[in-house]
Amino acid sequence: MSRKSDQILRTKFAERLCHWMIVLCFFLAATSGLSWFFPTFSWLSAFLGTPQMARLLHPFLGIAVFVGLCFMFVRFVKYNLPARSDLIWFRNIRGVLMNRHDQPLQIGKYNAGQKILFWAIMGAILVLLVSGLIMWRAYFAEFFSIPVLRMAILAHSVAGIGLILLIVGHIYLAIWVRGSISGMVTGYVSRAWARQHHDRWAAEIEARETTQGVRK
Amino acid sequence: MNSQNIVRSSATSTATPAPRIRDHQIEVAKLIDVTTCIGCKACQVACNEWNDLRGEVETNVGVYDNPRDLSPDSWTLMRFTEHEDESGRLEWLIRKDGCMHCEDPGCLKACPIPGAIVQYANGIVDFQSDLCVGCGYCVAGCPFNVPRISKQDNKAYKCTLCSDRLAVGQAPACAKTCPTGAISFGSKQEMQDLAATRVAELNERGFDQAGLYDPAGVGGTHVMYVLQHADDPERYAGLPKDPQISPLVSGWKDVLKPAAAVAGAVAVAGMAAHFIGVGPNVTDEDDHPEGAQAPRPAQRPDAGPDDRAPEPQRHAAE
Repeated sequence: MSRKSDQILRTKFAERLCHWMIVLCFFLAATSGLSWFFPTFSWLSAFLGTPQMARLLHPFLGIAVFVGLCFMFVRFVKYNLPARSDLIWFRNIRGVLMNRHDQPLQIGKYNAGQKILFWAIMGAILVLLVSGLIMWRAYFAEFFSIPVLRMAILAHSVAGIGLILLIVGHIYLAIWVRGSISGMVTGYVSRAWARQHHDRWAAEIEARETTQGVRK
Repeated sequence: MNSQNIVRSSATSTATPAPRIRDHQIEVAKLIDVTTCIGCKACQVACNEWNDLRGEVETNVGVYDNPRDLSPDSWTLMRFTEHEDESGRLEWLIRKDGCMHCEDPGCLKACPIPGAIVQYANGIVDFQSDLCVGCGYCVAGCPFNVPRISKQDNKAYKCTLCSDRLAVGQAPACAKTCPTGAISFGSKQEMQDLAATRVAELNERGFDQAGLYDPAGVGGTHVMYVLQHADDPERYAGLPKDPQISPLVSGWKDVLKPAAAVAGAVAVAGMAAHFIGVGPNVTDEDDHPEGAQAPRPAQRPDAGPDDRAPEPQRHAAE
């Protein structure tokens, strides 16, 4: 609240730190994972050093992503519960994608698409965690039968590819919607940005500020 | 015989194949006649000797199998089965287990590291352990439950069919040492012919179901068995009747992988087209929409409640 009055704190420090920690770990886990899924791009594991080192570190990075997402779940789940007003966003999905902002869509802190992303990420990480633990060599894989290992590897691939595609979309939308990336770096978005993309949330914030007398 | 000609290499696209010109080679095979095996384990010892393997000495668990299972340092193993048929007749079946050197190897298909598993022109499937990352995908890929991951160095190991001995014209150590001649080695054709002779003998002696185990589901194998009961290979310590690369493994490699590549390409192309067509989603910091939710009064004097004037078009969508 100490910022300029035309800025709103959207993402708190701990949440931002967690987000960027996940970005780093996920980048390393995803690139090494892709190097094994598409061996033509085996060089993608080189961010972690030798192929053996990449293989050693990949599961630990995955666990770090899981832990980070647990924190995010606790922090953000209340904003990502389905709401009736999400239907308005779905009905106007064309306008949203075509960059038209002529209609208020009653979007809360996160829009319906972001909520879907939230739950898809949480679902994917759960599948990745369970299947990853099952196939984790040197530690757990020996406790499972070969048919179970096969299913785990396939499930891990499906969930991994799915999550990577979701995150690629997430990155694109952050680039497309100007102000999003600086919002996640600094935590602050402009009031105009908030009204344009999250009108109901902006209204709630401003109403709260009025009642608390924070704004001058 | 030069066994160093690689015809297949793991995690390598078929669009960029291994060198193929010097591949005019005889395919080799090891033929294990379980009907003449006496279970002396000389082959196990010869394997350990030649390959410098020294597994930990285990305790007797009341069966002849020793060690109890294949391991990173036990690449071949006599498996003993006491089988009682319908008439109550006991059969003591002994099968020398180990890598079957499939023509279509599931381990090689599953392996994610380029060149960590190779197949030579003579048919031998070999692990290049220095490249192995210990992911265990070969364990999932193998239809015969053969590869083992070492606790010591986290790498996969299995029988090499003594590819190093073959390279200098020697037969595999197990075949060389077998005292009853139950293990033969030669070209695949020779071994098939030898097996046919032996099967005919067995047929004559009343083993109507005797036959050669060279399963077609994996394209045939370069380690084959003569079985008295070829109709029921499961009887020999669970030798699979119709081994095949699991549909889960082929689904992962042959369906999911190309589908994911297409999905990725479509996603990137779609996003690029969207950005080029629609342009960045910019917020006009001076613009205050007339949404009913905004408690803040519109600052533009001309912005009435019915003012539906579109936002300034920053980038034409057409």
